[in-house]
Amino acid sequence: MLDRTEDLLKIENLSKNFSISAGLFARPFQLRALQDINFTVKRGETLGIVGESGCGKSTLGRCILQLLAPDEGRVLWLGQDITKLPAEEMRQKRRDLQIIFQDPLASLNPRMTVGEIIADPLRTLMPEVNAKERRERVLRTMEAVGLLPEMINRYPHEFSGGQAQRIGIARALISEPKLIVCDEPVSALDVSIQAQILNLLSDLKDEFGLTLIFISHNLSVVRHVSDRILVLYLGRIVELADGDDLYDDPKHPYTRALLTAVPIPDPKRARQRTIEGLVGEIPSPINQPSGCTFRTRCRYAEERCAQVRPPLEVIAGGRNVACIRWQELDLKPGA
Amino acid sequence: MAGITGKDAALTAYANALANEAPKGRSLTQDALRRLFNNKAALVSIFVLIAIVLFALVGPYLLPWTYDKVDWSAIRKPPDWAKGHYFGTDQNGRDMLARTLQGTQMSLLVAAVATVVSVVIGILYGAIAGYFGGKIDAVMMRFVDIMYALPYILFVIILVVIFGRSPVLLFVGIGCLEWLTMARIVRGQTLSIKQREFIEAAKAGGAGPFTIIFRHIVPNLTGPVVIYATLTVPEIILTESFLSYLGLGVQEPQTSLGTLISDGAPVAEALPWLLFTPAAILVVMLLCLSYLGDGLRDALDPKDR
Amino acid sequence: MADVLVVDDLDVTFALHDSEVKAVSDLDFTLAEGETLAVVGESGSGKSQAFLSIMGLLARNGKASGRAMLGDVNLIGMAPDRLDTHRGKDIAMIFQDPMTSLNPTLKIKTQLAEVLVRHQGYDKDKANRAVIEMLERVGIPEPVKRANAYPHELSGGMRQRVMIAMALLCKPKVLIADEPTTALDVTVQAQMLDLFKNLTNDFGTALVLITHDLGVVAGVADRMMVMYGGRCIEKGPTDTLFYDPRHPYTLGLLHSTPHVAKRAKRLDPIQGLPPSLEHLPRGCAFHPRCAFRFERCFEERPPLLPVEDVREKACWYQGELKYEEVA
Repeated sequence: MLDRTEDLLKIENLSKNFSISAGLFARPFQLRALQDINFTVKRGETLGIVGESGCGKSTLGRCILQLLAPDEGRVLWLGQDITKLPAEEMRQKRRDLQIIFQDPLASLNPRMTVGEIIADPLRTLMPEVNAKERRERVLRTMEAVGLLPEMINRYPHEFSGGQAQRIGIARALISEPKLIVCDEPVSALDVSIQAQILNLLSDLKDEFGLTLIFISHNLSVVRHVSDRILVLYLGRIVELADGDDLYDDPKHPYTRALLTAVPIPDPKRARQRTIEGLVGEIPSPINQPSGCTFRTRCRYAEERCAQVRPPLEVIAGGRNVACIRWQELDLKPGA
Repeated sequence: MAGITGKDAALTAYANALANEAPKGRSLTQDALRRLFNNKAALVSIFVLIAIVLFALVGPYLLPWTYDKVDWSAIRKPPDWAKGHYFGTDQNGRDMLARTLQGTQMSLLVAAVATVVSVVIGILYGAIAGYFGGKIDAVMMRFVDIMYALPYILFVIILVVIFGRSPVLLFVGIGCLEWLTMARIVRGQTLSIKQREFIEAAKAGGAGPFTIIFRHIVPNLTGPVVIYATLTVPEIILTESFLSYLGLGVQEPQTSLGTLISDGAPVAEALPWLLFTPAAILVVMLLCLSYLGDGLRDALDPKDR
Repeated sequence: MADVLVVDDLDVTFALHDSEVKAVSDLDFTLAEGETLAVVGESGSGKSQAFLSIMGLLARNGKASGRAMLGDVNLIGMAPDRLDTHRGKDIAMIFQDPMTSLNPTLKIKTQLAEVLVRHQGYDKDKANRAVIEMLERVGIPEPVKRANAYPHELSGGMRQRVMIAMALLCKPKVLIADEPTTALDVTVQAQMLDLFKNLTNDFGTALVLITHDLGVVAGVADRMMVMYGGRCIEKGPTDTLFYDPRHPYTLGLLHSTPHVAKRAKRLDPIQGLPPSLEHLPRGCAFHPRCAFRFERCFEERPPLLPVEDVREKACWYQGELKYEEVA
């Protein structure tokens, strides 16, 4: 039985900036991709991360896996900070931490066969496994993700998006990881295939006792797979709550705006509801607004929102919200 | 599982059979070769090139004359089938066909040597600069810029001074200069390949920088590298002709296509066969190589057409 | 209402190296004035190719046959120079990625005014005024400033609005939008769909919305047409198809779409993979993935036949569509 209370992963004060070159002699811009991120991931749960493009959700996934080095803060994996591990030790940790990518075909090396692609992490992470056993494990994993064994010698370009994504999932699974970061794993897929992959992920999660971090811009999908959901806006957490709580009773105006904007595949309900359009578009992450970064688009913004940066408060039900007005506002859908 | 699988277990096998007709994989290379062989011009070029190479290698053993043997009875003579001078003789009474074949051998050899050297250095240099990026890239590529800026012929003269007696070493040296463009092309490609997600996947799989470069980046450079290499070969052959024309190339009695042409050109009116044979071979070879290069480009990047 | 576009027997074929692929087969549909028709399908269903062929924008190896009557002219097989007198004026199209449809080196104003000068014979001042007015109508703040910007200076949502403005400049009878919101964020997508709803009302333009997202369809479309394997397999009013789908594929799509307001334990996806157009299955193209197939589906292709008054479907199965619950 999994201990679902154990903190598998803890992110503390994580920040990441990118320098954008402004030419040879100009000072580079600082693009603040992530600022002061704090959250934990419990063993066996699925944590959804949602946000619009440029909110830093993919950067966050990569910082967790140390594919990008965070500028500040710690990433605690089972209590150990992995941000400053020497290369060899980090490599050992990679067995436990894997990733699935958005574009299934781009994430597969076109010059390698399916078998080679899936076996690749084994070759580098567990060189002690011999060729015969490696092949057996590849075949076992292929079966688990719904690929036929005779596909082992084919090349990625011979597969459709859905099958290619299964190959990517098999590669992530082969080292028997504990945590998989799924970065928009179904966004590039056709609807009917999306559902297959979502079901596959949930089956694999049960079968292998995985913990998932599921990054997506699609709230319907995130809602479907996640136990808890974290909402990012301009590199900051604005809200973190259990899936149902978040959807039934959002506390942050941005969460509500996102929820009302999601297209609903139900004509009557779609016609009835009023879309609470957000004013304008996301500000540039180089030039962020003062105070609450969402205030420029928030219909509930007041003067003080420009002065105070709202802290991420812990409120009832183990939720987090970063809005100074959350107590005054009733943001329930339909309200 | 809830849903669809209920009544049709019997039909599933049929559906599966429909879904998987081809168990054997076709790699990108096989795909490209198939497209290449469908290109008639390229296919003809390949056959002609193979024929020229084979003839250049085997031909000399079948001829009555060697390239350096002087026939005192036939100096500056047009083709004479009875004596075995099928393409005539030169001013020193040496058999033109034998000399042309030897020249072709020499030209092909130096072209191959220089191309291989330039490709190897270019790939390594470009891939490393592109992959590591940042300061390493800046320094490595500035070095390339500086090399570009220095006059080519100066290096050649220095090389001739160093390797004067050995044309092969000379062209190893020329290969060491020719890699600059290759390195730039490879670096550009590497920059775009390293953005692809499969590189990130390899990192997540624990692969170190050199594993990534050699296992994941270099194999994906095949397209531009092969194309550029087929364009480098004629370039080197022309360079060799040019150097021979200047008297910096191959030494007598050995010869090369370039040397033969430069010897034949001044007397082309009186003794046309001295120019005709080597020039024809050179032109045919260059044409074939450029058709082949075009064909390869189309075959490797079908989307760009 | 009068039909502005009547498409009859439309076929699109592509010549490949040594074979031909049929991307669209026997497509028939009508589009009434001011109506919004959603064309739903997955990649390879032929949904985009059908409308590219109507616009005369097929790739060089593509060939269309059949009829697409815009008023009393047939757009299929029309010479390019004659087509240009209709394209942009009577029928316009916008694409998923607006950046590819805008010239990055020209100001927004210049590109839009050109359309009016060409089709309506406006002089430059009049055209510029009309452009700014149109930019304002599609919800672009500070239209004068934005009109003088270059495409890369605008955000994705703004660019798509510019494309819509450009398409609507000559008040076309038909606007074809190919996945217009797929590349946009949810909040911007919502603004965009709102805009579409209002514009079709205001201009009387008929809208064809090509999409794979049923959520987008539900809020905007009056009628929808579902395509699979290059053919229309079901069409009818949006509500009837959503609440009472008659083709197993439509049903499957609805069950595959996650719904933000209700969390199902599992989705019921369609099994298997979409067919490649080069190797379409015999009989009904959907049969290898269909839960309701029977012998006839393997051999005979079902024709698109009317069911009840307002809808049509192409399926042999006549029983009730219900998934069996298997424990």
